[in-house]
Amino acid sequence: MLTIQDVSKTYADGTEALTGIRLAIPPGEILALVGGSGCGKTTLLRLVAGLDTATAGTIRLDGAAITAPHPGVGLVFQEPRLLPWLTIAENVGFGLAHLPRAVRRERVAHVLARVGLSAHGTRWPRDLSGGQQQRVAIARAFVADPVVLLLDEPFSALDAVTREDLHRHLLALWAETRPTIVLVTHDVAEAVALADRAVVMRPHPGRIHDTVVVPRPRSGDSDVAFAATRSLRALLDASLGRITERAAVPA
Amino acid sequence: MSAGAAARILGFEADGKTREAGARARSRPHAGSRRADGRHAVRFVLGVLIPLGLVLGWELATRAGLTQGRLLPPPSRVLGTLLALAQSGDLRLHVQATLLRVALGFVAGAGLGILAGAVTGTVPLMRHLVDPGLQALRAVPSLAWVPLFILWLGILETPKVALIAVGVFFPVYIGVSGAIASVDRKLVEVGRIFRLSRWALARRILLPAVLPGTIVALRTGLGLGFLFVVAAELMGASEGLGYLLVEGQQFGKPDQILAAILAFATLGKLADALLVFLTRPLLRWQDVARDVL
Ligand SMILES: Nc1ncnc2c1ncn2[C@@H]1O[C@H](COP(=O)(O)OP(=O)(O)OP(=O)(O)O)[C@@H](O)[C@H]1O
Ligand SMILES: [Mg+2]
Repeated sequence: MLTIQDVSKTYADGTEALTGIRLAIPPGEILALVGGSGCGKTTLLRLVAGLDTATAGTIRLDGAAITAPHPGVGLVFQEPRLLPWLTIAENVGFGLAHLPRAVRRERVAHVLARVGLSAHGTRWPRDLSGGQQQRVAIARAFVADPVVLLLDEPFSALDAVTREDLHRHLLALWAETRPTIVLVTHDVAEAVALADRAVVMRPHPGRIHDTVVVPRPRSGDSDVAFAATRSLRALLDASLGRITERAAVPA
Repeated sequence: MSAGAAARILGFEADGKTREAGARARSRPHAGSRRADGRHAVRFVLGVLIPLGLVLGWELATRAGLTQGRLLPPPSRVLGTLLALAQSGDLRLHVQATLLRVALGFVAGAGLGILAGAVTGTVPLMRHLVDPGLQALRAVPSLAWVPLFILWLGILETPKVALIAVGVFFPVYIGVSGAIASVDRKLVEVGRIFRLSRWALARRILLPAVLPGTIVALRTGLGLGFLFVVAAELMGASEGLGYLLVEGQQFGKPDQILAAILAFATLGKLADALLVFLTRPLLRWQDVARDVL
């Protein structure tokens, strides 16, 4: 269980990025964080990853407070951040240096196959497209077998078709070990396609606006997905201070 | 040396098989194809076109009697002098003396420069303690040390090597500490997410990230090493290419001076090419504009 208890973050320059964030995320849940630009989504992920420390409140994973990067928590940044001097396979295996080489190679090969990049293991990052690089970043996080995986808008730079492809890859990887996933996204359809629950945030200061539960099973064009998409969109509009026709219609 | 072998000596990543396969996959389209060879040949011809033209013009001008050639001997005479020096074995002696001084000074200066740059680049306290002083010393023209070095170290080899080492030290120090200061914080965070120890972070992220900058600094340092070996040999030596220069001046032998200059140019270029050749496998991953321009 990942619990975020009354977490606030004020940066050194006085920016109030987050206030009073409270969330409990059960194991295996896929949670989407939705919200306009600057509402503190990246800040929240960095706190959970232990890269920054909260100004107030605590973040706990199975009871233990997270104050520094934690072996069970993986993070995929908003950009791929591959190490340019390592091949694709070496990048994926970066977090496995403690394992024997044979084991490492096998796990890297497995996860590369999962993201459809088996043929690219010996290439350099510069030779890959943006979408391929992002898949490598996802593979690098998954291969370390995290309990909690944080994804910061991993698909935002991709076209719709590639994105749906990657959704499938992500769900396939998730199904293997069922880690808790916190996924930041701007895309309502993406939140509905992947998440069990979507949390809408609002800015100045960053806080939680509301939550939408997306029941399973569902497919992209089911009534459930349609209703969830509509209410999420209305909430997102409201969180940004925009009252629209959609918001006037009860979901 | 393959990229994999080189990388393993430096100890970046242990996964040698994939690395070597990667290097092979990358080098194949270059080294193997005839087009790439052709491009190298064209580039070589372009590079020697202007110097060769000048040399030829000069030779023809002398032969046509446009210049007398006493103070400005034609290339054929300079080459003849160089050949004579080579045949008598004198050239080897002088080249050896000069190269030994450059090598010792370069190793000492570059080693200290890398060490100082690495320490001040990674330990803030050391940076605040040491960097201002070194920056002030850097402002002193290196030749100003010559009298002091002679007083302290005598007139034999030590002051010469010390002068060269001083000349090499500063560009290497500045280059390395600057390269460390400009390592991308985003890549360091990747290391933090995977909970690398300080040492592992230095070895697996900082070292490869500063390698390109360090190699550029070493090349600059090597160039300055050749600059300062001349200065050192001009201040009094009984052997070395710089001695040939002095002697040529004293006995009015411009062809010998030019022969020594030619030898310097060749040695400097060869040493730089060797450095580039040895370090190229380490930088194969780079995505730089040079490849497309
Ligand atoms: N290092 C920092 N120092 C000061 N302020 C910061 C820092 N990082 C972020 N902020 C501020 O905190 C707020 C939240 O930023 P954050 O990056 O978390 O937003 P976000 O929701 O991820 O936005 P986006 O969707 O555009 O990525 C913004 O107002 C931003 O300007
Ligand atoms: Mg962000």
